[in-house]
Amino acid sequence: MRKNLNVIAAYSIMLVLIILVGIFQSWNIALSIFNMCLISAVMTMGANIQWGYAGLINFGIMGYTALGGLAAVLISVDPVQEAWRAGGFDVLMCLWLIIAMIFVIRFILKNFAKSKLRTYGIAGIIIAGIIIIRVTAEPGIEAIEGVNPAKTGFLGGLGLPIVFSWIVGAFFAGGLAFIVGKVALGLRADYLAIATLLISEIVIAIIKHEDWLTRGVKNVIGLKRPAPYEVNLQSTEWFINLVENFNIGKLNLISNLADRQTALNQLVIEGSSVFVKLCYSGLFLIVVIILLILTQKALYSPWGRMMRAIRDNEEAANAMGKNVVKQHLLIFILGSAIVGIAGAMLVTQDGLFTPGSYRPMRYTFLIWVMVIVGGSGNNFGAILGGFAVWFLWIEAAPMALFMINMFTAGMPDTHALKIHLIESVPYFRYLMMGLGLLLIMRYRPKGILPEKIEIK
Amino acid sequence: MDFLNAIILLLNYIFVPALAYGSQLALGAIFVTLIYGILRFANFATGDMMSFGTMVAILFTWYFQSLGISLGLLPTALIAIPFAVVFMALYMLLIDKFVFKYYRVQKSPPVQLAMVSIGVMFVTQAVVRIIIGPADRRFFDGQKFIVKAGEFKEMTGLNEGLAIKSTQVITVFVTIVLVSILFWFLNKTKTGKSMKAYSDNEDLALLSGIDPKKIVMITWIIAAILATIGGVLYGLDKSFKPFTYFNNMLPIFAAAIVGGIGNPFGAFLGGYVIAFSEIFLTYAYKKFFMYILPESMEPETLVQLLSTDYKFAVSFTILVIVLLYRPSGIFKGKVL
Repeated sequence: MRKNLNVIAAYSIMLVLIILVGIFQSWNIALSIFNMCLISAVMTMGANIQWGYAGLINFGIMGYTALGGLAAVLISVDPVQEAWRAGGFDVLMCLWLIIAMIFVIRFILKNFAKSKLRTYGIAGIIIAGIIIIRVTAEPGIEAIEGVNPAKTGFLGGLGLPIVFSWIVGAFFAGGLAFIVGKVALGLRADYLAIATLLISEIVIAIIKHEDWLTRGVKNVIGLKRPAPYEVNLQSTEWFINLVENFNIGKLNLISNLADRQTALNQLVIEGSSVFVKLCYSGLFLIVVIILLILTQKALYSPWGRMMRAIRDNEEAANAMGKNVVKQHLLIFILGSAIVGIAGAMLVTQDGLFTPGSYRPMRYTFLIWVMVIVGGSGNNFGAILGGFAVWFLWIEAAPMALFMINMFTAGMPDTHALKIHLIESVPYFRYLMMGLGLLLIMRYRPKGILPEKIEIK
Repeated sequence: MDFLNAIILLLNYIFVPALAYGSQLALGAIFVTLIYGILRFANFATGDMMSFGTMVAILFTWYFQSLGISLGLLPTALIAIPFAVVFMALYMLLIDKFVFKYYRVQKSPPVQLAMVSIGVMFVTQAVVRIIIGPADRRFFDGQKFIVKAGEFKEMTGLNEGLAIKSTQVITVFVTIVLVSILFWFLNKTKTGKSMKAYSDNEDLALLSGIDPKKIVMITWIIAAILATIGGVLYGLDKSFKPFTYFNNMLPIFAAAIVGGIGNPFGAFLGGYVIAFSEIFLTYAYKKFFMYILPESMEPETLVQLLSTDYKFAVSFTILVIVLLYRPSGIFKGKVL
């Protein structure tokens, strides 16, 4: 108990902060912060597995998040029959062509000795393949994008419940991580960082511009929900009763029946959105807890010990007969898959997929700030980092506004500097993030909750 | 005649823009490479440092404009550059003193320094946005074109016009002058040579009496010059927007690595490699083929290898390929 005192203290402070937001701002805001904190926590856990367990830098978090989001779209949206009829055949042909290309390349790699001729041959096949694919796909893609472009204009998905996409998102992200890992893991740490950052940009570019698959910057809106809709709740008998019972004390103070009814309606509307958010919180909490149990188990397993050994001294681990390359690839895939889950969760919560909103600041660097601040190598630390940094990210603007008002209290409201500062309030969050990161790195380089390994 | 038209077409749409864009990237890439070679970390704050320098230059430009000072045909920003450089150098040295120095003395691994540079990136970005805001700003004044497309057509009687913006000429000219001075400095002067020695082997350099503090300071000052000028040239040619500058970090990194990180000359060429391949691969060649092919063979499609949406992706793909097959870059890295 005493050993974990700082963990408990840190988490209670976090919880109290969120509850304070609930009391002073509104429960709606508090719950949406809480939900985003949970999603951020999943992302940080993914990054923490890679960085904290194995010392691999992955600056491509944005790419995996977006792939998870794509999975949510591809799983939950109903298939657009017309588009499939219009161009489905061409697209499927392309898929076969790609598979055929991969097999041919594998065949060449296996059966021919390494030579210049082989390299050029493979390059030739890839270039020819891309040209053939473009030629076959073009009419199909145009046809698909021509189908009711204002509403669909893409192939749609499978029409399954969106929760499945969390698993599929993990597979998508893991698949990408497999390719990236095969390609880039041999690189030195800082090269790996740059390479993954750039690869994630490529992924975003593809998602943004392949409209037939993702609808691109036209966004996909109105995704299915795993939780009830507010509008439906507001007309459901049991929910109204629940809200009434919950607020019975407040309602009994109002004697006028009509007033009471309007007050109740108001409460039901508020309550419905809180209730929906609570549903999400429950779902996300389940994911976080499952992942936490698994990652904790992994951390203390022989496998976790091996990963730390590899992280701390690659050569020694190699000499002990551990396959460093294979383990690095494995952990790269696992971490990215977790990020993929978070990406799908994010899209599930928002109910929309906006490829244009994936930016490295928000989805890569912010997550890294969370990992570093929370404490790399410690799962509880990573989750706490997700909570604390996201909380700060959201509450930075009100805090900055408060500070500005305090410091410029002597100035008249029309003073140019004051107006300018108040207009630039949203950017103070970057300042806080940067300063927070720098201070933590300087004075507490292992994070708020440092890595602590006890051998049980 | 058709052949000439085709060449002018390529010059106008590919060569001239790519040369200017490449010069801007090259300056940034040399900045990255210098920091990497001497201070030994990948500076993720590159783009934002450039935008900070540009912001200062814009503020000075506005000040000069309000005083009524101008260069006539040339943009006022050119007078602002020296002042911005001084300001920027102070900013860089301040950051170094309060942030990077600690880790350098501790001999932290490069990865940690890269993380710290992310912190600097956040702070710099915030400062820029708080001071000047996130909006798109144009601060170009003076004469816009040296050669106008219409005039060129009249002069030569060709169908295709060639437009050369004055900013493009300024960019290329300034880049050539700056890079020549820089290479002369690095290769011929004593300080430059000691920088090379320090980059090559720190311990040996210390043994032979090279003062690391001086080296670091000079590196930051050169970095400030490169960042400010590179940023201002980009802003003059296109426009100043903090977010674009942050994004420019990626092709700049690509250029530095393609050229062999740690090698300024490689970075210089790398900038052009990236710029030319980006524009070459995303240009629609339909009109070009219409000029050089007989009418019967004219292409129906745009003859575009990649849509312009993938402009950034091109440079990254080049980078990934280079990293895989020649991780030290085209021109062998680490030979500052």
